[in-house]
Amino acid sequence: MFFAFFESSRSALAAIYANRLRSFLTTLGIIIGVASVIAVVSVTGGMSAFIGDSFASLGANSLTIQSYTPFEDLMKGIRSRLTPADLELIEKRGVGIASITPVLEANRSSQIKYGPQTAYSLIMGTTYAYQEVSQSYTQVGRFLAQSDNLTRRRVAVIGEDVRENLNLPENPINEYVELSGEWFKIVGLLESLGDVMGQSRDNVVLVPYSTMVSILGNQAQTDIGIQLSLTPTANLDVVISQLTTLLRNAHDLSSNEDDDFRIQTAEQLMEQFDQILGTLTMVIGGIVSISLLVGGIGIMNIMLVSVTERTREIGICKAIGAKSHHILMQFLIEALLLSLLGGLIGLATGYGLGILIANNIPDFPPPSIPLWSIALALGFSGFVGVLFGILPAAKAAKLDPIDALRYE
Amino acid sequence: MALINLTSITKYYEMGSQVVRALDGIDITVKKNDYLAFIGSSGSGKSTMLNILGCLDKPTSGQYLLNDKNVEALNQNELSQIRNLEIGFIFQSFNLLPRANALSNVMQPLIYRNIGLRQRKQMAMEALSRVGLTDRIDHLPNQLSGGQRQRVAIARALVTHPSILLADEPTGNLDSRTTVEIMQLFDELHKEGHTLIVVTHENEIAQHCQRIVEMKDGKIFNDSRTEKDSMRVAV
Ligand SMILES: Nc1ncnc2c1ncn2[C@@H]1O[C@H](COP(=O)(O)OP(=O)(O)O)[C@@H](O)[C@H]1O
Ligand SMILES: [Mg+2]
Repeated sequence: MFFAFFESSRSALAAIYANRLRSFLTTLGIIIGVASVIAVVSVTGGMSAFIGDSFASLGANSLTIQSYTPFEDLMKGIRSRLTPADLELIEKRGVGIASITPVLEANRSSQIKYGPQTAYSLIMGTTYAYQEVSQSYTQVGRFLAQSDNLTRRRVAVIGEDVRENLNLPENPINEYVELSGEWFKIVGLLESLGDVMGQSRDNVVLVPYSTMVSILGNQAQTDIGIQLSLTPTANLDVVISQLTTLLRNAHDLSSNEDDDFRIQTAEQLMEQFDQILGTLTMVIGGIVSISLLVGGIGIMNIMLVSVTERTREIGICKAIGAKSHHILMQFLIEALLLSLLGGLIGLATGYGLGILIANNIPDFPPPSIPLWSIALALGFSGFVGVLFGILPAAKAAKLDPIDALRYE
Repeated sequence: MALINLTSITKYYEMGSQVVRALDGIDITVKKNDYLAFIGSSGSGKSTMLNILGCLDKPTSGQYLLNDKNVEALNQNELSQIRNLEIGFIFQSFNLLPRANALSNVMQPLIYRNIGLRQRKQMAMEALSRVGLTDRIDHLPNQLSGGQRQRVAIARALVTHPSILLADEPTGNLDSRTTVEIMQLFDELHKEGHTLIVVTHENEIAQHCQRIVEMKDGKIFNDSRTEKDSMRVAV
């Protein structure tokens, strides 16, 4: 049996090689399937390792509070909000809070001008406490000060990208930029934070919260975010439950109503991200299964053609003593090798794609392929080969020698 | 001892409402080292006869004893084994594997006996040198002439040291000179002790054999000894 197995593999390879173009086209389904799964896995693998690092740098003991509107309410036009009153309440009554800051973001990226230069950036209204909460410090100049907020000063702290986009000098301090038709003096330049998922975190302009409120106009409509960091001794769960009670009371929620806000830790944000990534992986996994299925059907089809083409050869082999299992093995091995080769090519292509993607997005983490995904890709394509090879192989093995020999 | 013993063998094909009697009651005995020719016009049942003798096909009825063993009860895999151990086939159209070279073609039957490469090669080389074809062993069938292909096929039949060699119109695709060469090879194999059964419709070829069985409409019409046989007996 051993030599028969060995010879079957050899002649299967010879058969695949003899029809190389056809073999390649046949395995294309498998190649595409495996290549896409490996590309996605390698990219997301590198990404989640990287995101993990960035969230850790965000500080494990910081919290973000945001308003939350359930979908049904959104349909009815009701929007939940967090207001400056909520902020004040937490500032006054919250326990275990080291620093707290509102964050008021413009709804979309806004235009900034410097001389003839125009750029788009995320404008955030916040306070001096943002520095500590989000761990972003200035490399040149100063951060927003408490007095900036008290006097609604028109000053701005900008990120590195904004400076570059606007062609500002290396030291942009005391330059003026135009924001929503108002002139702002630059007082500080932030340290670069790098990218997350190909999105720069340096394309930001921080202005005093109170100034932002006055720019946005109608304060009653504003929905702010609140970021806070905890004192080293504070218990995260206790703080969260206390804040929840505070806000529920402030928002007059009865016990059967859900929270209209979300309190999230950096860890939860990361979990959410992982969840999104997991969903993405599943969706792509589904697409890949379909393409592997299609690839398998392609292999079955070509193997059936191959069996028909080689009917006479099968007859010859049977005439000189091949048993059914010899013929079965011959064609099964051919189908298996065909799809395994497809899997290997797909693996290399997928990894190449991963590198290509990572290299083309600046600061993107290098792709990493976990061993399990290689094993899974090859295992799965091998499985597909055997699964879809069985029918043609069985057809070949069942052939009557005399009929097969007579086949023209 | 009879190598082959057929009793009342029939082979019927149903073609719609009509029944074709390819073999219609055959009784024949073949002894070891017989050199036998089946002769007859086209459609007389010679190939059907040979396929049944070679365990490629099963008769509709009748009894076939090969080496005193009843072949009827065997399944496809057991028949494969019989073909591998006892039978050497030589076909009119050579029936070589197109993607395998001469050596691999000759080694092929030995794979089904699970023999290692080294020994396979050695046995195949012996068979190839027996048919006088040691210089073209790495040629593919389509790189060989008709006569050379038939030599490869004969080597493939010989390599397993079968009890019988069965040849169905072995020279049907060959020119007259090559035909003579192949028939001389058959004569030599017979002298070396092989049992040969040759199907032909040419009397000239049949005259190489010791015994000629004439067939007509699926029946044995005449079974006679040739001069060659009487010469040998005389010696
Ligand atoms: N598979 C088959 N189906 C139907 N009829 C067949 C088949 N094989 C052979 N025959 C018929 O059986 C008869 C004998 O055929 P064959 O043995 O090939 O004759 P020969 O070899 O003497 O020319 C012919 O009439 C042929 O048509
Ligand atoms: Mg015939």
